[in-house]
Parts: sequence; C-alpha cells; structure tokens
Amino acid sequence: MNAATPDAGGAEADVAERRWAMVSTGLVVALLGVIAFTGLHWASMPLSAIEPIDPTTLHISGEFVEQNLGAQLRPDGSVIVRLIAQQYAFNPQCIEIPVNTKITFRGTSADVVHGFLVTGTNANAMLVPGYITTFSTQFSHLGDHLMPCHEYCGTGHAAMWAHVRVVPSKEFERNILGNEGGHCD
Amino acid sequence: MIKARGLILAHFWTAFVLFFAALWLGEWQMLIRSPLHAWISIPEHYYRSVTAHGTVMAYVFPLLVAMGFGYAISELSLKQPLIGIRWAWAAYALVAAGALMAAGAVASGAASVLYTFYPPLIGSPFYYIGVVLVVVGSWMWVALMAVNLHRWRKTNPGKIVPLPMYANVAGAYLWAWTAVGAALEILLQILPVALGFKTTIDAGLARVLFSWTLHAIVYFWLMPAYIAFYVIVPRAIGGRLYSDVMARLSFALFLVFAMPIGIHHLFADPQVGSGFKYVHSVFTGMVVIPTLLTVFTICASVEIAARLRGGKGILGWVRALPWRNPAMLGLAFSFVMLGFGGAGGLINMSYQLDSTVHNTQWITGHFHLIFAGAVVIMYFVLAYDLWPHLTGRPLGQLDLIRAQLWLWLIGMLVMTIPWHLAGLLGMPRRMAYFDYSNPAIAPQAWTVTAAVIGGAMLVGSGALFIFILFRSYFGPRLSLSEYRFSAPVHVTAVPKALNGFAVWVALMIALTIANYGVPIAQLMFAKTNVPAVFYFNR
Repeated sequence: MNAATPDAGGAEADVAERRWAMVSTGLVVALLGVIAFTGLHWASMPLSAIEPIDPTTLHISGEFVEQNLGAQLRPDGSVIVRLIAQQYAFNPQCIEIPVNTKITFRGTSADVVHGFLVTGTNANAMLVPGYITTFSTQFSHLGDHLMPCHEYCGTGHAAMWAHVRVVPSKEFERNILGNEGGHCD
Repeated sequence: MIKARGLILAHFWTAFVLFFAALWLGEWQMLIRSPLHAWISIPEHYYRSVTAHGTVMAYVFPLLVAMGFGYAISELSLKQPLIGIRWAWAAYALVAAGALMAAGAVASGAASVLYTFYPPLIGSPFYYIGVVLVVVGSWMWVALMAVNLHRWRKTNPGKIVPLPMYANVAGAYLWAWTAVGAALEILLQILPVALGFKTTIDAGLARVLFSWTLHAIVYFWLMPAYIAFYVIVPRAIGGRLYSDVMARLSFALFLVFAMPIGIHHLFADPQVGSGFKYVHSVFTGMVVIPTLLTVFTICASVEIAARLRGGKGILGWVRALPWRNPAMLGLAFSFVMLGFGGAGGLINMSYQLDSTVHNTQWITGHFHLIFAGAVVIMYFVLAYDLWPHLTGRPLGQLDLIRAQLWLWLIGMLVMTIPWHLAGLLGMPRRMAYFDYSNPAIAPQAWTVTAAVIGGAMLVGSGALFIFILFRSYFGPRLSLSEYRFSAPVHVTAVPKALNGFAVWVALMIALTIANYGVPIAQLMFAKTNVPAVFYFNR
C-alpha cells in the first residue's frame, strides 16, 4: 500500500468494510435468533409478571405467613416453594424438594434487596422488597446444594447461606405426609 | 507543549493517585477473604473498602481520565486554545470536592452501601451529595466540550470536525445522558430519604433507574480507550487509520445503542416484565456491532503499519509489527482482554444463559476483564503517549513501560479467569469471607488465592506506572515536534450526519424513552414503596 497517494484503493476499502459490517450484523442476528427460539420453543424465559406485596405485613397475613413457607405438594403433582429473605437469613434455611418435578419458587424480601442462586443449577433470582419473585424450574440430580444470598444486603451478607436438598419423589411424599415436608433443618 | 497542561496534569495525577489507592483496597479485599488469611473479624470493613474501591474505579477515575483527555483532544485536534479554562478548573474542583466528601462518608463507615447504592439501604447523605457533585462537575466538562466545538465550527465554517474531537464530544454527550438515570435515583428517591424528609422508597424503581446508568457507563469508560485505538495507536506505530468514516459511525452507534439496553442487568428481577427484558437483550446485541466494526478497522490500520514496514503475506505481516512499541503492545493486550471479556458479555446478555451466571463471581470477572483490563490498559497507553507533551520531558526507558503493560495483562488474566470458573460453580459475589471448611466451597478456594496473586501483580504494575510517570520529571528537557493524531489512509467524503450529532442524540433519547418509558411509568404508579433501612445513625 502506498501512503503517498492516499486516495488509491478507497473503493476497495469500502467493499471490505461493507462485507465485514454484514458479517457482524449477521452474527448478531443469528445470536438473537437462537435467544428468541429457545425463549419461545423451550418456554425458557426470565421472570415476567409484576406482583406487588407489602413487606411490612408478610408475617401477619397473606401468602407468606410462617406455615406457608417451604415446599408444598400441589394437586397436579407439582411443588410450590415459598420463601422469605431478610437480613441475614432465608426462611426456611433448608428446603427439601423432589427430583424431576416442576418446582415453582415464590419469594420476596422482608427488608432490603436480596437474591439467591442454587449452586450447580440455573435457579437464580432477585428478591426485591415490595415485589413477589416467581419462576419455575426442575432439578434433575439428587443431592444437597448451597443456596447463598448473592446480592449485597448489608454487612452480614457473607453469612447468608441456605440449603436445597433434592430427594427422590417417594421420600419427599413420605416427609410431606409426615408433616416435615419442605423443611430439612 | 500543550497549553492547558496544568489543567490536564491535575486531572491525570488526581485520577492516577486515586486509582493506585483503590488498587490497594482491591488487593486487600482479595487477601482478607482468601484462605491465606484468617476470617475478617469486622466484615463491615470489607464492604467499606468495596464501596470506596467501586466509587473511585467506576466514577471518579474514568471521569477524570476522560475529562483530562477531552481537554487535550480539544486543544490538539481543533488547534485552538481551550475556551473556558476557569470553568474547567471549577469543574475539577467540584469533582475533587465531591470525591473527598464521598470518601469521608465512606471512610467513617456511614455509607457502606456499595457504589451501586442498593436502596432501601440508605447511607449517609454526604456520600450521595459527594457523588452528585462529581456528576455536576462532569456535566460542566460536557458543556465545555460542546462550547469548544461550537467555537471551532464558527471559525471554520463548512469544515469537517476532526475525528478525535468528534469522538470526544460523542463520549461527552453519551455521559451527559447516561448519568441522568442515577441522578434521578439519587435526587428524587434516595436523598429525600437520606435527609429525613421521607421514610419509604421504591426499591424496584431505583434498580430500573440505576440500570439506565449502569450499562451505558461502561461505554463511557470505553470511550477514551476507543478514541486511543483510532487516533493514537495507528500514528504511534507508524501506520494510517483505515477508515475515518467507519470510526465516526462506530462512535455514533455507541451513542444510539449504549443506552436502551441496561435492563439486561435486571433479567432476574421481579419489577420488569419479560417483554422489555427481551427488547433490552436484542438491543444489547446491537451494541456489539460498533465494537466489531472497531476491531476490523483497527486490525486493518495495524496491517497498514506492518505493510509499510515491509510485512508480507496474508498473515505474515503480523511479524513485521513493531511489537516493542508500547502502543502496539497495549493495543494487542487490550484486544486479547476485549476478546475474552466480550465473549463473556455475549453470554451475560443472552436472556436465558444469564441465569447461570447472574450475580456470581463470573460477573465480577467479566467487568474487570473489560474495564480494568481492556480499557484501563489503554488509559496507560494514552497517558504515556501524551506525557512528554504535558511535561516537556521524555518518559525514559521503554523496557519499564513494556514490563508494566505485561504485568497488567498477566495479573488481570490470573485474577479474572479463575473468577469466571468460580462463577460457573456458583460462587456468589460480594462475600467478605467464605467457609472454606465446607466441602461444597473448598474446591473453589484456589480461585480466591489466584485473585490475591493476580491482584499483587496488578498493584505492582500500578506502582510501576506511577513511578514511570513521576520519574519523567527528572529527565532532560525535550524540544518536541507538534503532537499529531492518526491520519486516515483514504481521504473520503464524510456524510453530513457523521459530521454532527443531531441524528444520533435524537435517536439516543428516543430509544431510551421507548425502552425505559413504560418500565419506569409502570413502577411510578405501582404502590411498591417500602420502608428504608438506615445504614447510619441519624
């Protein structure tokens, strides 16, 4: 390339640029296509509905009173898990759930912003005071998982760890009937 | 020599000294939570340090670099003395005073709320007022950049705005609008509570407003680095800029697409519906395009330099590159980190994949790789490049500079790659300590130790950087030729839209309103205020 005649090859450069711009755009469109496909076809979506809730009355009335927390078996065979986060613990601190079963998590915070993930899985959500967080998932492996708070919630944040225990369905049903279901602490 | 050198040096020195102090805090945090150290007895100290580290590294340091660099670009590329130099000093004073006030509040332990604020946690009002002063100072800089460009247009009617100034003003406008989200959150939501006028706050709305700032700010951090890619590196390595128009288009696209994408930080949040989450995911994909265009143009520019030096073949020219030139080395390292970090970013934006890594150590690894890695290494390069024109003295041995850049690259990789792995294993962010005796956590312990080692290399590299800049004052006086920016290899016509900002700023505002209007309005009418949780004794 001869720098002394700067305008030579300008057209060629334009073509190369245009090709690259098309490749870049094609790449991004393909990625977005995959995201749209998995979203619609596998119904794999992040949280959607906005449900407000008053954090000051959680313990008095409504869905998140003490006896409702933890796992509960629903008539259709699926399981619902309700939990509350507060500085610096989850309630319940240990959640027992059956393997290969649809699990719907419903959670909220009693004070500041918290969040949780279940290690080794895709269960991962924020718990924001004033809002109910809902999502559904399945656990395909038996065993114990850690469930840390993953959003800064104050100086005790690092102490805020809970557990999820995935057990065979039979064992879960037995514990539920024995009135211990949903809690393993 | 640059006429406004006193002003620019004040910005750079303040930025780099604060940066170095915050670097030590980061390393202390890594050490205190590692298996090499006993459990921290007062975890509050850890979060105090995280708040200071984040506030300096995310707000004050990049802002001061962009401001100082912006003044230099204005004077050097427009070839006119900086207008409003007194206002510029006033802006500097505001930023410095704000940073000091915020630092005081954080150091006293009354504001360990992290730089991302996290209401309903409420810290000392002095922390937020300090941040507001920093932002107001930065807005004065934005106005000064616009005024200087306006004056130049008046005295040079019909001429094409020089590329460095075009990019610089694009960055300034981007920041002006980016900061609005956090400003609204602080002024309308947090400060009334912190000052005692209100006791409740909407945590969900605050998170949405902050997301407006939180992602676009990344592109503001990026701007000085990208400007250096285009207008410094090709000249510094003896090449030409491949395309002036493509460069302008990249900066214009950043203006448009940096903003309406911040809700990808909230994929796991309950206060935004999945529809808008998807829209923001799509726009996050779009913002990849200006970066891909940049990678192409810069690689082509570098190839020109190699071929001018006698490089041959389809890839053989790579060997002919001036690898011992710090600008070349810095660029190559920056691209390596941008490559890894960008690939990670594509995973984060991917709507479903995000749930695997959201709020894990992966995310910390991601933004350290992009910002502290790819971007900050270019801050070093641009400082080295400008330094002789600011001090009138040479920088001294290049060996030391090369060692500094190598150390930064290796330290950053040693720190961030294990963080990515730990994140995949489910290690959460922002932990002051870990129970390494827990068999489920023990396998991740080595990643925390690796971060201590990588962090020590980064502190060493930071110390070298400060030393190199400081030592230059003891060098002989130089007589310098005029400072030059890269020249394009082809002089082509610049479309009118790419000589101004009207279209792009209009699109930026329109897309922000389109993508944020409904989520914000929805929450303003929802009854979702919750009691504030005060972090300090009022």
